[in-house]
Amino acid sequence: MAQVDKDALTGTETTGHEWDGIKELNTPLPKWWLYTLYVTVIWAVGYCIAMPSVPWLSGYTKGVLGYSSRANHNAELADVKAQRASTWLTKFEAGSAAEIAKDSDLLQYAMAGGRVIFAENCAPCHGSGGQGAQSFPVLADDDWLWGGTLEAIETTIRHGIRSGDDDARVSDMPAYGRDELLQPAQIQAVADYVVSLGGGGGGSEAGKAVFDENCAACHGEKGMGMQDLGAPNLTDAIWLYGSGRDAIIRQVTAPKHGVMPAWAGRLDDVSIKQVTIYVHSLGGGK
Amino acid sequence: MNQATTAQAVEYCEGVVKKFTIATVFWGVIGFLAGTFIAFQLAFPALNLGLEWTTFGRLRPVHTSAVIFAFGGNILFASSLYVVQRTTRARLFGGEGMGNFLFWGFQAVIVLAASGYVLGITQGKEYAEPEWYVDLLLTVVWVAYLIAFAGTVIKRRESHIYVANWFYLAFILVIAMLHLGNNLTIPVSLTGTKSYIVWAGVQDAMTQWWYGHNAVGFFLTAGFLGMMYYFIPKQADRPVYSYRLSIVHFWTLVFLYIWAGPHHLHYTALPDWAQTLGMVFSVMLWMPSWGGMINGIMTLSGAWHKLRTDPVLRFMVTSVAFYGMSTFEGPVMSIKAVNSLSHYTDWTVGHVHSGALGWVAFISFGTLYYLVPALWKRQRLYSLRLVTHHFWISTLGIVLYITAMWISGILQGLMWRAYDSLGFLQYSFIETVEAMHPFYVIRASGGVLFVIGALIMVYNLWKTAKGELRSEKAFEDAPHAVTAG
Repeated sequence: MAQVDKDALTGTETTGHEWDGIKELNTPLPKWWLYTLYVTVIWAVGYCIAMPSVPWLSGYTKGVLGYSSRANHNAELADVKAQRASTWLTKFEAGSAAEIAKDSDLLQYAMAGGRVIFAENCAPCHGSGGQGAQSFPVLADDDWLWGGTLEAIETTIRHGIRSGDDDARVSDMPAYGRDELLQPAQIQAVADYVVSLGGGGGGSEAGKAVFDENCAACHGEKGMGMQDLGAPNLTDAIWLYGSGRDAIIRQVTAPKHGVMPAWAGRLDDVSIKQVTIYVHSLGGGK
Repeated sequence: MNQATTAQAVEYCEGVVKKFTIATVFWGVIGFLAGTFIAFQLAFPALNLGLEWTTFGRLRPVHTSAVIFAFGGNILFASSLYVVQRTTRARLFGGEGMGNFLFWGFQAVIVLAASGYVLGITQGKEYAEPEWYVDLLLTVVWVAYLIAFAGTVIKRRESHIYVANWFYLAFILVIAMLHLGNNLTIPVSLTGTKSYIVWAGVQDAMTQWWYGHNAVGFFLTAGFLGMMYYFIPKQADRPVYSYRLSIVHFWTLVFLYIWAGPHHLHYTALPDWAQTLGMVFSVMLWMPSWGGMINGIMTLSGAWHKLRTDPVLRFMVTSVAFYGMSTFEGPVMSIKAVNSLSHYTDWTVGHVHSGALGWVAFISFGTLYYLVPALWKRQRLYSLRLVTHHFWISTLGIVLYITAMWISGILQGLMWRAYDSLGFLQYSFIETVEAMHPFYVIRASGGVLFVIGALIMVYNLWKTAKGELRSEKAFEDAPHAVTAG
């Protein structure tokens, strides 16, 4: 080279070019950098020999380790299934929820599995502890709309409520106000009467008369409800759609009818049994 | 080159660079605000406001497109058009007319894209959300950009092409290729907004992440390395550390990056061989990425004391340090065993932001602080002290952001895979979401700091453009640094 331009500060040669005042030093590649690059390349070649890597038209090199993520995944699932079958799964498939709940060993599996199934599927409406919310029934008390036995709970979960399933739980309280089955004054009287059933004041003979004629058939003469029909107990201060005279008037006038999906088909049989036992245990199982 | 041409002055197109610079600042603030708002939405879902237009799902692409394509894109345009003219000593090919077309065309793309997102018009492909009519407009603008840039390089009056221009050209070319490959859609009707991609299933996923990862590799890395290769040596007033390193790391980077996309699809329907490919190329990419970091940081050899007195240089060097950190983290996360924990978690979000906030935004801030006084012909910035405030507030914001996401991401990944002693899932999904809440609040507050820093910059740049100088205590070298120099 005719003339070598050196950087005054570091004493390193420059390349001799300059762009808008910028020069470049001719520093060699840092050794550690280059060797680390080589190591990653060698490692990559080794990895490609060991694992599935190079494709061609109809397939790819399988690698000397014979790894396949699909085969691994299937093997893992098969392991889990075999392990579950040997401990609890077979018994869950064969037995009813009631039989499973009696076996303290199996009960543990039902509770542990049911807890997560409940949290993933039921908690969004019924609350993480089954504490419920307005329009969504509490599952942690002993007040059941459709029955609190294991069998009744399982039927409700499997077929749902007003879900469209053939065996769904369906109750259809008439819209007494909207469909003009009752006059506003009658609705107010019966609402007062219903309040009085739970211990509040204000119930009248007129209200009782309306109640006996229209409501008692499902809710019972004393308003204790009827689980076969899904008719709520009106005396226990537990209200699905809100408490108090105004909420009762609203419900008598134009009732809300909540929907719960049918879980058969969404959850497998064993999962339904697990979550049935879990719900039963939340506080009010009969 | 003889001395006569060297001395001859070139009249550079600077009007277009000014416009792109202003747009960078404008879209930057919009993008940072949108990001902070959606960060708060994740912590407090009520902020979705119950309106379809303001839900997280619609505002997220507004944020990502605003910061990547509007903020990042405009600074790439501004800096590349500034750098290419000066390092080739040639006026922009096509002149101010071409510049104006690029500017208004690109702003139209941004506005059309963002308004579509809010109205629910989207291809549903991450970072490629704009529908076909925006894609077509962008194609036209991008081809014009390539012509303007390459045309300027071709008529250069320097014998060699400066390294920054290699990176800018790689960025422009590869983005064109990616954009076309990932947007091969067929409109349902020429009067409607909806279109369908020609790829199906796993091929579509693969094309999407070939695009998605190389948007990171060529838009957010190669383009910004071009910026680094000009503005760091200029600001430090030092020669680039190693010409050889710049050649080797440029070619290894562009060759290896393009294969790394499949690491976004580990443990999916993507064939094993393609997953292997994505992983090994990502790991080999570690050193080529670090070549840029070494060249950026080591350019300060002999000038380290300038960091004490020059907060603009501090922004640039810190950005390169963040670049080094996230280009180490990336290869680690591409390893399948690590990815099985990190994938789908906030760790990924944290990783992206250590690159986006730490590297992309910081080198852009440094570039803006360099460009505004240069373009508006001011003696210096309005205030260097305000640059320092911006630097520290933003850095604190980034640290809050990425540490919160590391912790929440790893926590999330561990909770998802936790089984109890009987073999059932330990946690439901909603429990993992609840566990994220405190970290989402910390992340959002990091975003607030980042926005505050950016607003300080806006004020400082505004005053600078107006030609005002703040009376403040100047930065002085410590006595020993002066004597050492």
